[in-house]
Amino acid sequence: MSELLETPLHDLHVRLGAKMVPFAGYSMPVQYPLGVMKEHVHTREKAGLFDVSHMGQVKVTGDGAAVALERLIPVDIEGLGVDRQRYGMFTNDKGGIMDDLMLANRGDHIFVVVNAACKDADIAHMKAHLEPEVTVNPITDRALLALQGPASEAVLSALDPKAATMRFMDVTTLTLLGFECWVSRSGYTGEDGYEISVANENAEALALALLDHDDVEAIGLGARDSLRLEGGLCLYGHDIDTTTSPAEGALTWAIQKVRRTDGARAGGYPGADIIFAQMAQGVARKRVGLLPEGRAPMREGVALFATLEGGDPIGAITSGGFGPTVGGPVAMGMIAAEHTTLGTTVYGELRGKRLPLTVTELPFTPANFKR
Amino acid sequence: MKYTEEHEWLRVEDDGVVIGITEHATEQLGDIVFVELPEVGTTVTKDEEIAVIESVKAASDILAPIDGEIIEVNEALTGNPALANEDAIGAGWFIKIEPSDPSQMDDYMDEAGYKKFIA
Repeated sequence: MSELLETPLHDLHVRLGAKMVPFAGYSMPVQYPLGVMKEHVHTREKAGLFDVSHMGQVKVTGDGAAVALERLIPVDIEGLGVDRQRYGMFTNDKGGIMDDLMLANRGDHIFVVVNAACKDADIAHMKAHLEPEVTVNPITDRALLALQGPASEAVLSALDPKAATMRFMDVTTLTLLGFECWVSRSGYTGEDGYEISVANENAEALALALLDHDDVEAIGLGARDSLRLEGGLCLYGHDIDTTTSPAEGALTWAIQKVRRTDGARAGGYPGADIIFAQMAQGVARKRVGLLPEGRAPMREGVALFATLEGGDPIGAITSGGFGPTVGGPVAMGMIAAEHTTLGTTVYGELRGKRLPLTVTELPFTPANFKR
Repeated sequence: MKYTEEHEWLRVEDDGVVIGITEHATEQLGDIVFVELPEVGTTVTKDEEIAVIESVKAASDILAPIDGEIIEVNEALTGNPALANEDAIGAGWFIKIEPSDPSQMDDYMDEAGYKKFIA
């Protein structure tokens, strides 16, 4: 196995007593001494600090950067206001999702944040299709921290009052401890919060200052996963991948009208014809929320059936586990479209037994964004 | 108390052997969120899967450390699996077995041996 990469906060994680695990080529904290359950609950009740420096940060610079990116991403980037952020994805020729991402219009460039496991491929993809018309600059000298939870605003605005004036999906540059930070009011937990890009050499000082607040605890990847699952948010490579389209992934809300069939800038991205056809005619399978009726967690890969006995699988669980805020197991799965009506009972085969789950609206816990 | 390499503890009481998992095991597993126990009256054989535990991280099987009949299960644990994390050798016990061959316990480690095993 090749050497694991470390984020600028690696030494801090170790000092805080984190259990480090390999994740997307990095050594990352899966949990701290507090433990996954308490870390999860703390984030929902107060605020949690996450190291997400393994994710890819990319600046796309040049006149027409937004228009150029629209050739790869089926969302309205040209119409994105200055200092506003939006969710999107790269599609392939079959309409599958190559990665999901966040885009921010910073005026003179588009700032893109992509998943760690996909970042090399994403950067190569953008360079191959967009250069030399625009410049694709991977940012490797900055860490990325996420401060999430209802106390985040009070914590961050103590360092720069401007933080409190931001709304959900606003982006700006804040001065935190004298460091220039690129900050968005967003995250991936279903809670209000911020993502903060800070120079590598200042990352630990900023993290320590945030952790110094009584309401802030360091939170690992374990709780990040249960938080995003309760929040109904997709984990790339699990709930969605190159074989699932935005329609199958229940992500067509991310494709604005202007990029749809009758829109002013319809299509023009890989797989557009397939995605249009799916949006018009429907899809054979779709991602749904699934609430196991019993106490047993049902995890990724559990086969799903329409009936208690017999029949072929109608799909499978794509992410599942215990939801500490829900107080029971929660899951998402990709299932045949005829079984996706809310309230439908399906059965997951666990240790040779079929146990009922209910098709449930996502998110499992109400989103707590500052709109 | 006796300990197995599977991180179970066994404590002999008047009417049977109480079995649970060690604090070391619960620390490794993390927060336990689900426990499925066998039914009282079940006859079990050593190394047979008798219970399932799920932590926030993963599912694990519990194997019967000895032959015998299940004479009691900890219903409080199935209702509140966190008991295993909070009090592994007390309120977080799993099952009580009436052993059919108590000599099977002789093979297991004592506390000093187990401490060395996990060191």
